[in-house]
Amino acid sequence: MHNKTITELAKGLRAKEYSSVELTQAYLDRIKKYQDLNCYITVAEENALEQAKLADSQLASADSALLTGIPIAQKDIFCTQGIKTSCGSKMLDNFIAPYNATVIEKFNADNAVMLGKLNMDEFAMGSSNETSFYGAVQNPWDTDTVPGGSSGGSASAIAARLTVAATGTDTGGSIRQPASLCGITGLKPTYGRVSRFGMIAFASSLDQGGPMARSAEDAAILMQTMAGFDTKDSTSVDRAVPDYSAGLNNSLEGLKIGLPKEFFSQDLNNDIASAIESAINEYKKLGAEVKEVSLPNMKLAIPAYYVIASAECSANLSRYDGVRFGHRCHSPADLNDLYTRSRGEAFGAEVKRRILMGTYALSAGYYDAYYIKAQKVRCLISEDFSRALSEVDVLMGPVSPSTAFDIGEKTDDPIEMYLADIYTIAINLAGLPAMSLPSGFADSKPVGLQVIGNYFSEDRLLNIAHQYQQVTDWHQQTPKGFE
Amino acid sequence: MSLTADEVKKIAHLARLGIDETDIDAYASDLSNMLDLMTQMGETNTDEIQPMAHPMDQMQRLRPDVVTEKNQREHFQSIAPQTEAGLYLVPKVLD
Amino acid sequence: MEWETVIGLEIHAQMATKTKIFSAASTAYGAEPNTQACAVDLGLPGVLPVLNQEAVRMAVKFGMAIEAEVADYSVFARKNYFYPDLPKGYQISQMELPIVGIGHLDIEIDGETKRIGVTRAHLEEDAGKSLHEDFHGLTGIDLNRAGTPLLEIVSEPDMRSAKEAVAYMRKIHELVRYLEICDGNMQEGSFRCDANVSVRPKGQQEYGTRAELKNINSFKFVEKAINIEVERQIDLIESGGTVVQETRLYDADNNETRSMRSKEEANDYRYFPDPDLLPVEITDQLRAQVKADLPELPSVKKQRFMEQYGQDKETAATLTSSRQLADFYETVAKESGCTAKLCSNWVSVNFLGALNKANLEIAETPVNAERLAGLLKRIADNTISGKTAKQVFDSLWESDLTADEIIEQQGLKQITDSGAIEAIIDKIIADNPAQVKQYLSGKDKVFGFFVGQVMKASQGKANPAEVNKMLKDKLK
Repeated sequence: MHNKTITELAKGLRAKEYSSVELTQAYLDRIKKYQDLNCYITVAEENALEQAKLADSQLASADSALLTGIPIAQKDIFCTQGIKTSCGSKMLDNFIAPYNATVIEKFNADNAVMLGKLNMDEFAMGSSNETSFYGAVQNPWDTDTVPGGSSGGSASAIAARLTVAATGTDTGGSIRQPASLCGITGLKPTYGRVSRFGMIAFASSLDQGGPMARSAEDAAILMQTMAGFDTKDSTSVDRAVPDYSAGLNNSLEGLKIGLPKEFFSQDLNNDIASAIESAINEYKKLGAEVKEVSLPNMKLAIPAYYVIASAECSANLSRYDGVRFGHRCHSPADLNDLYTRSRGEAFGAEVKRRILMGTYALSAGYYDAYYIKAQKVRCLISEDFSRALSEVDVLMGPVSPSTAFDIGEKTDDPIEMYLADIYTIAINLAGLPAMSLPSGFADSKPVGLQVIGNYFSEDRLLNIAHQYQQVTDWHQQTPKGFE
Repeated sequence: MSLTADEVKKIAHLARLGIDETDIDAYASDLSNMLDLMTQMGETNTDEIQPMAHPMDQMQRLRPDVVTEKNQREHFQSIAPQTEAGLYLVPKVLD
Repeated sequence: MEWETVIGLEIHAQMATKTKIFSAASTAYGAEPNTQACAVDLGLPGVLPVLNQEAVRMAVKFGMAIEAEVADYSVFARKNYFYPDLPKGYQISQMELPIVGIGHLDIEIDGETKRIGVTRAHLEEDAGKSLHEDFHGLTGIDLNRAGTPLLEIVSEPDMRSAKEAVAYMRKIHELVRYLEICDGNMQEGSFRCDANVSVRPKGQQEYGTRAELKNINSFKFVEKAINIEVERQIDLIESGGTVVQETRLYDADNNETRSMRSKEEANDYRYFPDPDLLPVEITDQLRAQVKADLPELPSVKKQRFMEQYGQDKETAATLTSSRQLADFYETVAKESGCTAKLCSNWVSVNFLGALNKANLEIAETPVNAERLAGLLKRIADNTISGKTAKQVFDSLWESDLTADEIIEQQGLKQITDSGAIEAIIDKIIADNPAQVKQYLSGKDKVFGFFVGQVMKASQGKANPAEVNKMLKDKLK
């Protein structure tokens, strides 16, 4: 059962080959069996079986949603009423949200089953899942290596078949990079396409939730549920949601692919470069035309991103003060002690670094040099993409300059970790949609191909990904020991 | 660009972040490296460029002035560290 | 040395919306603690702000009323600081691009008109309240007020005395109530004021160092606080000291200002545009709507009252001091059809006096304009005397009856029949020959005795003018 796609599982449920309760139990058993991967922060066993039971009673109904009774899992950044939402932090280790995120509400409305809450970097700050208060997550392709981050639990769980699909969030690559490192399919939607209400904020102008699955076909199904306007999110876009599955089989004949030359510099590992090259060749065979384009300001994306993301997070994380919820230090001497000790005890080193960085960048005398400058650079980068995407339909390149690295290998050098975000963060600055597709292996570790589209072109991206997955089987590979 | 330990302490205080004395130097060095990375932006001329705060060129939507929220105090305070008589309690605030 | 005082005011007016500026929780005053603080007001993880259209409309209305530039685009920013009554650790306010730009307001001071500049007015969210009653040495936090929309109205440093500052503050107070964008209730904190105060040697161009006096919540205290602060600064400078820029609190009990160092230390607010909110567009449609909605402004109304009703400046100012009172007056005038003088007198003296005595707002008046008009009609047509009218007014205040019903029930109708008055006069003259003699021998004072006796005999119902006239004839 655990190797089936969502569409196959939905058929099986309706054909009564198995009930949702049985399916859910099978996944719960696998989660327990492979708990050393540390994918889940919370396994919502009781709740999941209850939801499954309800779903079983709904399945007979003609208008039941495709996701009815399908067990999926949620990144622990989405607030779930009654079930702990930790955001990977000690700060929220005791936090039971009094409401559901809009995304969770939408899955509930479809009667999907939630297996549990997935591990992640603390407050989504990290590219390796190592900053989680709940410990590192293992990559099933090589359990000594990281799954990427921040949606590392999501990617690892999908690759290890501990859920058929999951949600992720992407602020600077947090869906695409772990998808790439774990050999699964991830979609970071256009900013504003998926509601951010109840999704704990890291950097508000960059954060975007999206689906992670084994295939584009499954990702399209999740995306259908997640996308849509929400009056509770001022940055949500009021625009009709297309049928993401309808165009999956459209031909790619005449598709214009741009290869940004900045994505293919000498820094790129040779094995990765050749995997990307083969993928591009597949697209040529499918009728695509390829040309080189340029994103001249790409190199400035990292500094601009780290200023903007840090500045926004420094304010977003001020609400964690030990007064209304979350961690509170033991017997504070005074107000200042309450704040500094509660925050000092409960935030990890990476979160502290970013808060300090953001506080500095916004402070008197530095605001123009850092924050305003970064916003101007953001504008330049966005213009680069507009220019490139006026020449071609999509851009393609690698997701990450390296494959999965060893747990602990980069933890001492935060800057090196930041530099590895080079291919993903510019997309968040511009607010564009992008996908990561499994496209081969380098040194027996998965490599991801990144496909970047214009605003609100998720349907086209899914079509482009699906067509590739019709002629390749990288997305169907299973890590050894998890078959 | 390098930050001194004192500057780190000052920022940490602005952010009300407790940092162990022994970690200050490490933070100072990490932050200095981050700042070096950021000063790269200075090489590009952006005089004519408008700062971009948001990816979408969109205007704020306005909400009708209608009360829809109900009292959920018990629910909200069930997750609070310390409350009494419906109030959140904190160490004495001195004006 | 002669000193000049320089004052600028920052007024915080709570907008009279039903819901918070960024959430759909109620803004009603006086609820049980934290029962009107929703997830957004509490700053729980993952929640997001959505702007209240009514708050924007009200701010635009204010901008138009002070003839200010209303921005095409306005931006909300985060003002970062930690305080327990500020749940998110930042206040959503405005820094660059406030909704209302430069405008002005005229005040009257010693009969002269003076123009005070308004630098800007911006929207922001109010904070909660700290309650310092003893909770085992802890402070209690009530976040019901958190998120209530405030319009912060910042003046130019154009005022030169505490008196001017109070006049300006009253003028803004009158205006926001006229516009129905703020209830103006100072006890409940709906209208609050910070004053920036400095002194400089008369004739000097540059400003002295200013102190900011925080949260002064009555007109009386504003005047006192400024005066005492000016005195402090002058004493300080004259004794060789220097004024430091700081926040000071006015202590009404001891009539002194004292430094609030606790608020001083972290003054780096790190403003930046709030990424959860998009720029607000003030559309032409909204402007047109607000403009059509704009009431007659107090200064215009006052001028009109002087011209249309022939009122003196003072009476016109009193009667236009609130929109409800002006409307009340105009209803009385229209319904009664009486002279402007009679109406002005009754509304500004008797009616207002009774309201003040009972400590009531005009909205709570037991005597509406129609019933008062009914009374004035009976004065005008001589059914009752002015003195009896006061008695009828008291009864109007206490009951739901009309003036006519009261006059009828209590038999207060004035005797205007000259035959009946003549009969009474004849009897009084006949009964008091000694007094008649005195009067005829030139003691004019005795005339009053006769009037009194006639009025007494008629139980106050004889028309006094008629009595006077007839007595004079009879006693010749």
